Amino acid sequence: MKMKQTAGFGNIVLTAFLTALSIIFLLPIFIVVVNSFKGKFYISEKPFVLPTAKTFVNFDNYVNGISKIGFLHAAGWSFYITICSVVVILIFASMTAWYITRVKNKFNTTLYYVFAFSMVVPFQMVMFTMTKVANILHLDNPLGIILIYLGFGSGLSVFLFSGFVRSIPIELEEAAMIDGCSPLSTYGRVILPVLKPISVTVGILNSMWIWNDYLLPSLLIGTEYRTIPIAIQYLKGGYGSIDMGAMMAMLVLAIIPIVVFYLVCQRYIIEGVIAGSVKG
Amino acid sequence: MNRKNNKYFPIFVLPTLLAFSIAFVIPFLLGIGLSFTEFTTVTNAKWTGLRNYSSIFANKDFLNALLFTVKFVLVSVITVNIFAFFMALMLTRKIKGTNLFRTVFFMPNLIGGIVLGYIWQLILNGILYHYGVTLTFSPVYGFWGLVILMNWQMIGYMMVIYIAGIQNIPSDVMEAAKIDGASPFQILRKITLPLVAPSFTICLFLTMSNSFKLFDQNLALTAGAPSRKTAMLALDIYNTFYAGNGTAGVGQAKAVIFFIIVAAIAFIQLRVTRGREGTTE
Repeated sequence: MKMKQTAGFGNIVLTAFLTALSIIFLLPIFIVVVNSFKGKFYISEKPFVLPTAKTFVNFDNYVNGISKIGFLHAAGWSFYITICSVVVILIFASMTAWYITRVKNKFNTTLYYVFAFSMVVPFQMVMFTMTKVANILHLDNPLGIILIYLGFGSGLSVFLFSGFVRSIPIELEEAAMIDGCSPLSTYGRVILPVLKPISVTVGILNSMWIWNDYLLPSLLIGTEYRTIPIAIQYLKGGYGSIDMGAMMAMLVLAIIPIVVFYLVCQRYIIEGVIAGSVKG
Repeated sequence: MNRKNNKYFPIFVLPTLLAFSIAFVIPFLLGIGLSFTEFTTVTNAKWTGLRNYSSIFANKDFLNALLFTVKFVLVSVITVNIFAFFMALMLTRKIKGTNLFRTVFFMPNLIGGIVLGYIWQLILNGILYHYGVTLTFSPVYGFWGLVILMNWQMIGYMMVIYIAGIQNIPSDVMEAAKIDGASPFQILRKITLPLVAPSFTICLFLTMSNSFKLFDQNLALTAGAPSRKTAMLALDIYNTFYAGNGTAGVGQAKAVIFFIIVAAIAFIQLRVTRGREGTTE
């Protein structure tokens, strides 16, 4: 009886502590939201003060910021590039993974290891030469960058898909082949449905990466087409003076799609991240 | 599928292979080659042997960045994992609201590096304003600013991996220990810690390689200021390429060294993981 009471008390302390910690974790975002409604000269020096009648500017910062950096365009490009790239990666990487896992020869095995190896190479190693190659091949546009994302995303994606394909009983596809399915329709009708769980993981990992990616799009298409991270970095400008009001408002707008996405598919995101982390 | 299906290679593999070659294989090989040459565009390279590699140390930027990065990696790996592990312990005690807490702690991980950098720039500058300085006043502020940012971003991620590890501990082992009268501390030391060792390996190396490769956060928070003293390796390489702090060949040589360090970390991780699998099975 006494045990239970102390355990209950311990749990209350623990819950209180975790609640406090949660508030600390959320505070930075809350502060940005609050400041996005303050006049731009009242932000940098006193970010921890709530807006007053004098400093409150309603949605001015949002209106300002959106037109200043072309936020709506940027959001459009971010959505376009992220969605198209992820779809392309899911289709082609899963096809490749299935093929090189099932058709065993020296070339395919080597290819598998090169895909795995590419996960280790930091972006800085290829950033300059990749940009040049893409320029020469005229891939420095929103359509071309999708191909580049397929190339960069295929390392992790083929690796994860291959691991999953190995766990699919081969009888499944042999039966389909005997029934007269071509490899292509076997893939479409038998393999693709089975790959659903790992596709969710691969899709989430790639969308988080591409949505937040700054350096690759800024080098490749940044002068003409801005994604959201590029637009925000652009706000900083070269002159050292940042419109803090617009900055706060744009940070809030950049966070909103991520939070919505997270709250909608939270379970898949957390599971996907765990699955992706165990890749080594 | 068997060997006679080789004719399906162009459909299944070629598109990915083509994209992979353009984005990775060719640039990677070119990158290694160009690190031994002097060039402005990729097509006018002139062989210079190891000169780029020796020019890396012509100024102190790279060594500074290397030192700063190593210090940053050490501090953030330790802090992130300690916090993450203890929060995972707290969230596996089956109290109410566990899911809500997990949701909150994990969220910062999804926010992009550029956005994260500016969020913390606002907050840290707001605090430092009371002391009449800013984040870029001294490299010490930039360093701890990055550490705080990294903790905020990575703790939830690592915590989730530790939670998975702790939940995998068979409950009968725990119950047996409790019946035998083991204290909570003994359970932690003799059961929890050894049994979540694989999670530790994953988390240590994940934080290590993520911290080592940090770029966006670094660019947004301090951009290397004051005078490139808070530039980490990735940012220093970027500056060498694009900010006119050197030639592209030197930048590429720095990138090769960076790659070797990162690959070495990954290789050690592989050995550690394989080694453990070998001993436990």
